[in-house]
Amino acid sequence: MKLTHFLATLALAGLLGACSEDPTPIQYGATPELPEPKRGLLPDMVIANPAEWGEQLPIVPEGYSISAIATGLKIPRQTLILPNGDILVAEGRGGNASSLKPKDVIASYIKAKGTSSVASGNRLTLLRDADGDGTYELNTVFADNLNAPYGLALIGDKLYVANQDALVRFDYRQGQTQVSGPPQLVTPLPSAINHHWTKALTASADGRYLYVGIGSNSNITERGMTAEVDRAVVWRINASTGEHKTFASGLRNPTALAIHPDTTALWAVVNERDEIGPNLVPDYLTSVREGGFYGWPYSYWGQHVDDRVRPQNPEKVASAITPDYSLGSHVAALGVDFSTPAMGAQFANGAFVGEHGSWNRKEPVGYKVIFVPFSDGRPSGQPVEFVTGFRDDDGTTRGRPVGVTVDPRGALIVADDLSNTVWRITPDRSTQ
Amino acid sequence: MVPPVIEKHYSQLIHPLHAVLLAGTLPLFFGALLSDMAYASSYEIQWNNFASWLIAGGLMFAGIALVFAIVDLCCSRRRAPGLALYSFILLILWIIAFLNALMHARDAWASMPTGLALSAIVAVLAAAATWFGFCTPRHGGVKK
Repeated sequence: MKLTHFLATLALAGLLGACSEDPTPIQYGATPELPEPKRGLLPDMVIANPAEWGEQLPIVPEGYSISAIATGLKIPRQTLILPNGDILVAEGRGGNASSLKPKDVIASYIKAKGTSSVASGNRLTLLRDADGDGTYELNTVFADNLNAPYGLALIGDKLYVANQDALVRFDYRQGQTQVSGPPQLVTPLPSAINHHWTKALTASADGRYLYVGIGSNSNITERGMTAEVDRAVVWRINASTGEHKTFASGLRNPTALAIHPDTTALWAVVNERDEIGPNLVPDYLTSVREGGFYGWPYSYWGQHVDDRVRPQNPEKVASAITPDYSLGSHVAALGVDFSTPAMGAQFANGAFVGEHGSWNRKEPVGYKVIFVPFSDGRPSGQPVEFVTGFRDDDGTTRGRPVGVTVDPRGALIVADDLSNTVWRITPDRSTQ
Repeated sequence: MVPPVIEKHYSQLIHPLHAVLLAGTLPLFFGALLSDMAYASSYEIQWNNFASWLIAGGLMFAGIALVFAIVDLCCSRRRAPGLALYSFILLILWIIAFLNALMHARDAWASMPTGLALSAIVAVLAAAATWFGFCTPRHGGVKK
């Protein structure tokens, strides 16, 4: 009985140890501080406490204004600016991963408390501001009966939509407010289980290819290795034939993709693994090299081996590329887009990143839109907060940013999937 | 004719439902141990899932059995020799099995090897609880 007492005490000590405060290390930039992996018996879970915006608005920098251009949507995720200034909003919620363990049943119940309860829209909504006064007076369903659409891209007169199970194509002519027919299938996408269901999408600069981000089917292989075939990868798809190749791998959950306007390189924001501590593993912004392997599941941030994966693979670990720029652990980056000089001098060169916000951390992080300054096509310097005020210190959470899209006319469009709002941030005329 | 007053042992008083639940903990926790061993040797994740559910089932059975035992402890008519020891073992079993359930909630290999060690301890305790729950002590070599 002594031994069992000892073990129980030991385990309880471990449980309490997990609850101690953790100083937040500096985790922005190319060389984040990485503590040792650790986890108590219970994962840290602090869930957003949803509340209405009321009269309040998100906070933007001096010299900028924010307004809600669409409300009452059905889970807006990503947006696309069309050539005539119309905005398309992809709305939906996907995934059909079943609970594998008792833990999944409990965790999914708790996590659902921090998200919107609105039914999945499975549609695209078109917003139009015909007179340019900043009010998007037209709000109409552009396409319906889609399957958790997420990524959007326009190449010439073809609109590409990444559903959670397939890449589809619509014909588009300028000024259209509704699709003229059902979509054409370009290629099916890996969709079994769909633990991470979002299919990020962007078009190559020359318009020949589409890049699709396909997230892993688990946190860290707990659904088995066979579930990870064609997962945690970026596919490059030939826009005209639909044929694909794996462009890069080991990217746990590439939730948004963007092409750098000068270098035409592909960049991605990637959500990293959970449950090895509040300060592991940093989510990141990285350029995506053709044929590159970025670590998942075997290692993180380059060659830091994740001991939870069996069998291990030292050869793959040795080939793992270190990402370019850490955004901090658990911030849940879900949107990225490159800026333009029309956004004002301070925010002219760099990338906006939408951070949905953490659940697996005692001190919540994220819940904001940041700006990562670039120079010569690479990130340079500390990130700057661009939109905040989504979450109060007491846990009251009015919104959670997802997709961010830069309107070349000088506006940032932010989709908020908690308050089901699309926000538009513009520089005041005097600052331009 | 009035039957002679004999001292009853707890095993003779145990409620049938209590008995079934108590005996059921053994295959559940032993099954969890076997599943853990299979996962540890094959890295096949499904064994890890099996173990998690077997532990959850064992916890439910042992939990209800523990409630029966506590009720009996509170009821002087049913407080027979052997009950206190049995209840104590059952309580320790439940606590360690609960810690084991939390350990098995970790993803993939993170539950190992501690989960395997805890499963072994829990299986032994389940056997001990079952033994002491049903054991009829012998006095002077004569079974009463």
